[in-house]
Amino acid sequence: MSEEVKLHGAWASPLSYRVIWALKLKGIAYEYVEEDLSNKSALLLHYNPIHKKIPVLVHTGKPICESMIIIEYIEEMWPHTPLLPTDPYDRAISRFWIKFVEDKALPILGRMFNTMGGELEKAIKESLEILEIVEEHGLEDNKYFNGETIGMVDIAFGSILYWLGVNEEVLGVKLLEPHKFPRLHEWFQSFQEVPVIKENLPDRDNVVAFFKRRRETLEATAA
Amino acid sequence: MAEEVVLLDFWPSMFGVRVRIVLVEKGIEYEYREEDLRNKSSLLLQMNPVHKQIPVLIQNGKPVCESSIIVQYIDEVWHDKAPLLPSDPYQRAQARFWVDFIDKKLYNPSRRIWSTKGEELEAAKKEFIEVLKVLEEQLKDKPFFGGETFGYVDVCLIGYYCWFYAYETFGNFSIEAECPQIIAWAKRCTQKESVSKSLPDGKKVFGFVQELRKKFVVD
Repeated sequence: MSEEVKLHGAWASPLSYRVIWALKLKGIAYEYVEEDLSNKSALLLHYNPIHKKIPVLVHTGKPICESMIIIEYIEEMWPHTPLLPTDPYDRAISRFWIKFVEDKALPILGRMFNTMGGELEKAIKESLEILEIVEEHGLEDNKYFNGETIGMVDIAFGSILYWLGVNEEVLGVKLLEPHKFPRLHEWFQSFQEVPVIKENLPDRDNVVAFFKRRRETLEATAA
Repeated sequence: MAEEVVLLDFWPSMFGVRVRIVLVEKGIEYEYREEDLRNKSSLLLQMNPVHKQIPVLIQNGKPVCESSIIVQYIDEVWHDKAPLLPSDPYQRAQARFWVDFIDKKLYNPSRRIWSTKGEELEAAKKEFIEVLKVLEEQLKDKPFFGGETFGYVDVCLIGYYCWFYAYETFGNFSIEAECPQIIAWAKRCTQKESVSKSLPDGKKVFGFVQELRKKFVVD
């Protein structure tokens, strides 16, 4: 029943798409509720009083918050089309990379976008270091982080890289260069070709325009 | 199972404590190896090349890093004894949410309490107490965050308790006065053998922090 599963999200947020991808990969029907982040609904604040953020998944009236925690919940409730390995050690490795994305890669995306001058250069340098770590340690010889099919790590990291691409366009920089990060680049190309991913991305021009406007406002107030 | 389990750790670490507690809860024999964080062993650097941090659990030569991940791993492998995560998926999501909250919100202000002074210290104290108050509200009148039994959230929070004396001394405040239920909960946890065996003495931690603080603050 589609009314059983609701997703409160925001069209321009990478975290929102992570949950959409997980739901679509598993073929779970859901109702999508678009939240205006400058005017959050009373319902959102009721469902997520601690962080007041999207995404929130509501299943039979009960809210789950934090995108990767939501996806792990989805994985446990709907175990078909698994997004995590079954072996506990392999799961621990997946969790390690998910945590790495959350602790290191995600905050850097925000820092890049919100800073200028020397601070921005520092954020770019840190972003490159993060890409190097994943290039060297994260990707083994599999097609995806999860093996032959995409999983939670691919979803976590894929959303970051897509929005890194948006950042690159807005800021006029290039970080994910194929010759510098051959494995990451190849993985990312494959990831974007997965039908569920390809069919569930924001309109590129719209999202770039959205962030360009925000960046212009930031630069104007900083000057 | 004749498995070799090694824990690379550092005695005052509130993250290392999480793993020590769980190993006792599950009755797992292991070898404890103390790391000097100013002179990290080649084993640590090899087993955790990304972060170069403790704790690291090594089982039959294979490393698991990040304390909350190690705890979940141990809970999955040694699943027949003292389960830490609830069996219901919704409750599990809630437990993960609160451990994520602790990891994101508590460490930073707690660190600032002993490494800053003046206005910065006061701001850190305020933030720290606010976080504890949210956790206190979550606890309500349950004996543990896990409900009737000690669980994943309890394991991940209790390690901070041995640092409370240091925070109170440097911050000049009483955590019990601000958050009595948290202290009551902590004392309840220390009644458990796994906790009392694994938590270092608060005064000893204070001594360690006192030395460390000199690098950050000139008193």
